[in-house]
Amino acid sequence: MTPLLHLSGLTKAYPGVIANDDVGFEIQPGEVHALLGENGAGKSTLVKMIYGLVRPDSGEMRLHGEPFAPTEPREARAAGVAMVFQHFSLFEALTVAENISLGMENPPENAALSDQIRQVSANYGLTLDPDRRIGDMSAGERQRVEIVRCLLQNPKLLVMDEPTSVLTPQEVDVLFETLRKLRDEGTSILYISHKLEEIRTICDNATILRLGKVVGTCVPSEETPKTMAEMMVGTELKTPSKRPYTPGPSLLDVHDMWLQSADPFGTSLRDISFSLHAGEVLGIAGVAGNGQDELLLALSGEERVTNDAIKLKGENVGNLGPNHRRLQGLLAAPEERLGHAAAPDMSLTENALLTGFTRQRLTNRGFVKWQATRNFARAIIEKFDVRTPGTENAAKSLSGGNLQKFVIGREIMQRPDVLIVNQPTWGVDASAAAFIREALLELAEQGAGVIVISQDLDELMEISDTFAVLSEGRLSRVRSASGVTIEEIGLLMGGTEVDNAAA
Amino acid sequence: MDFSAISPVALIVSLMAASTPILLAALGELVVEKSGVLNLGVEGMMIIGAVCGFIAAVTTGSPWLGFVFGAICGALLSMIFAILTQYLMANQVASGLGLTMFGLGFAALLGHKYSGIKPPKFHSIDIPILTDLPIVGPLLFGHDPMVYISILMVFVVWYFLNRTRAGLVLRAVGENHDAAHALGYKVIRIRIMAIGFGGAMAGMGGAYLSLVRVPQWTEGMTAGAGWIALALVVFASWKPGRALIGAYLFGGVTVLQLNLQAAGLSISPAYLSMTPYLVTIIVLVIMSADKARASLNAPASLGKLFHATT
Repeated sequence: MTPLLHLSGLTKAYPGVIANDDVGFEIQPGEVHALLGENGAGKSTLVKMIYGLVRPDSGEMRLHGEPFAPTEPREARAAGVAMVFQHFSLFEALTVAENISLGMENPPENAALSDQIRQVSANYGLTLDPDRRIGDMSAGERQRVEIVRCLLQNPKLLVMDEPTSVLTPQEVDVLFETLRKLRDEGTSILYISHKLEEIRTICDNATILRLGKVVGTCVPSEETPKTMAEMMVGTELKTPSKRPYTPGPSLLDVHDMWLQSADPFGTSLRDISFSLHAGEVLGIAGVAGNGQDELLLALSGEERVTNDAIKLKGENVGNLGPNHRRLQGLLAAPEERLGHAAAPDMSLTENALLTGFTRQRLTNRGFVKWQATRNFARAIIEKFDVRTPGTENAAKSLSGGNLQKFVIGREIMQRPDVLIVNQPTWGVDASAAAFIREALLELAEQGAGVIVISQDLDELMEISDTFAVLSEGRLSRVRSASGVTIEEIGLLMGGTEVDNAAA
Repeated sequence: MDFSAISPVALIVSLMAASTPILLAALGELVVEKSGVLNLGVEGMMIIGAVCGFIAAVTTGSPWLGFVFGAICGALLSMIFAILTQYLMANQVASGLGLTMFGLGFAALLGHKYSGIKPPKFHSIDIPILTDLPIVGPLLFGHDPMVYISILMVFVVWYFLNRTRAGLVLRAVGENHDAAHALGYKVIRIRIMAIGFGGAMAGMGGAYLSLVRVPQWTEGMTAGAGWIALALVVFASWKPGRALIGAYLFGGVTVLQLNLQAAGLSISPAYLSMTPYLVTIIVLVIMSADKARASLNAPASLGKLFHATT
């Protein structure tokens, strides 16, 4: 049988880095093929070549045995290759139908297109209203738009880049149903993910990339997640060991906290109440866009709330700004590394100063103590194994994992009483992620309270002592993390409160 | 004081002429901003259009050629901005301000020999019987052709943006240029075309000033009309229909306060001269008061530089 897609010898170099080096594999018709690899392994570059966004320096692609060298996405789409992007390529201010029409070569009239959308979405169990605005939709619904947009073109090959990172477990099940149905109809799927359990569930074969090279292939159902992870990383992985947790005195009490979101497409916080104790790691799960950003802003002090809504060690801090809260021991690391947690064009020294100057006394009557600041930055770099030539390099020159280690390290080095982190390991390679989790656990062990807001359930199960779910701006009851099942969390993430008196 | 000298019909007729330049320029800038580009050089493109249109009309004797040439020169000037911001990644605000200053100076140089000359007359339409009707005649059938063209352009721009595929692509580029690029749309090419259209419309508006509204060439004759057009776009929430209302409101109050000054109203003329700006801004602020709705219309990528990283 001729393979649907045959790749051989694909090479693509960027200044200073070879993104793909002699990559080759085959995808058969009706096969779900996984592409595995850490961040920076070259998955995205490879996919962009298949979709015509990047042209390979050398190598050959064949589709149905014919030479295939798309110079732009239009050509790839015409040849039957469709792609669902990791970061949605949707337009928030436009409607579903308008978005779908933009992704098609010859879109039909509006009314006919709306009918087609309804028909396809009903066929595959993906409910969609063509006239809704994207900005008002959840991440799961947005992904349906992307998928329906692809399906309307009857693709032969569907490329999915990290499709489940924004979905609840239940939504993942619906997605997998759809993918199986497509596979049975003969559509091939190239599935990119680093969630190994999912790959075991859905994929027939896997190709593993490391540093731009194919380092192995496997049949996922015959492997364990651990063996696949080790193929990805190339070394053995250690999982952080969890220590027994006994709650210490209460450090942070949040009671009846409300916050109106400043973003027209944001989620307002409603009646948030919880307590955080010394030595506790509180994991807050939830699908993106359910108020995570707002919760971090309200707790860090970037947005003010009523004064008595937040008590830090018994003191009201609700209407204090970030610097006052830092002085009192409450520190935070937001999700967006470039532009929120760190200023991209400023050096690491300057970035160290930005949150460190109050607690580390890096200024003297308004003048910066540069030597002390440089020493502080150097200490972070050494303690947290940040790979960078020096303290004077711009923040944006660091890889995601290294910058994240710097950002988290900068806060931990200031010995906080309470630390809040949002998505601490998002887009970070496996070894850096393990390092960051270890550091957070160590901080809690020393008696600090840590709040980890994350969409990665495996991560939360691994490090949290207690557990709550944020859904549509409301926080569920905080429960002990031991004994919570993935199904329960999934229901909570969908907004159903599970009454579990035993927990 | 004698207010009876102010005739409502004459007032409306002259307000439409007074509004046409800013309406044309605002429609052009509206399309530019919908594509995600903020061009603050409207004033400069208008005055270049004014001087070039004037020179062409005087030289050839045809006001129509004046409008065409004014539009071409406005578009040419906007291409400087396009090259700076789209290829050389220059800051849009600084480039736009530079374009205005360059336009004002260059127009003064070009127009040096043309001060005090009268341009060929641009005739209003005259339809027998219809134009002679009382009230309705002058209101509906007595304007010059550019007034009708400007109103037609309101509809054309609305139809283009909301009903055509090209308009949808343009809005998509202004909304999220990275996503548009990922879908394979040519972000830079689309933006350059939008910038050129904006330049042509501003140039045509400028030519209307020097050929019809004033009509002669004087240095700095746009006197802030380009800035008003820019403000109109924002306060009109990027909607062509509202830009029309805003432009006519501004023109209306301008004409009215001139009439009041002439009638000898006992308020300092300085205050009267302020009223068009104040009234326009107040009314449009009230109209766009609902922030959530207004931000839905605002192009999300407005003013952001696009660099294809693949």
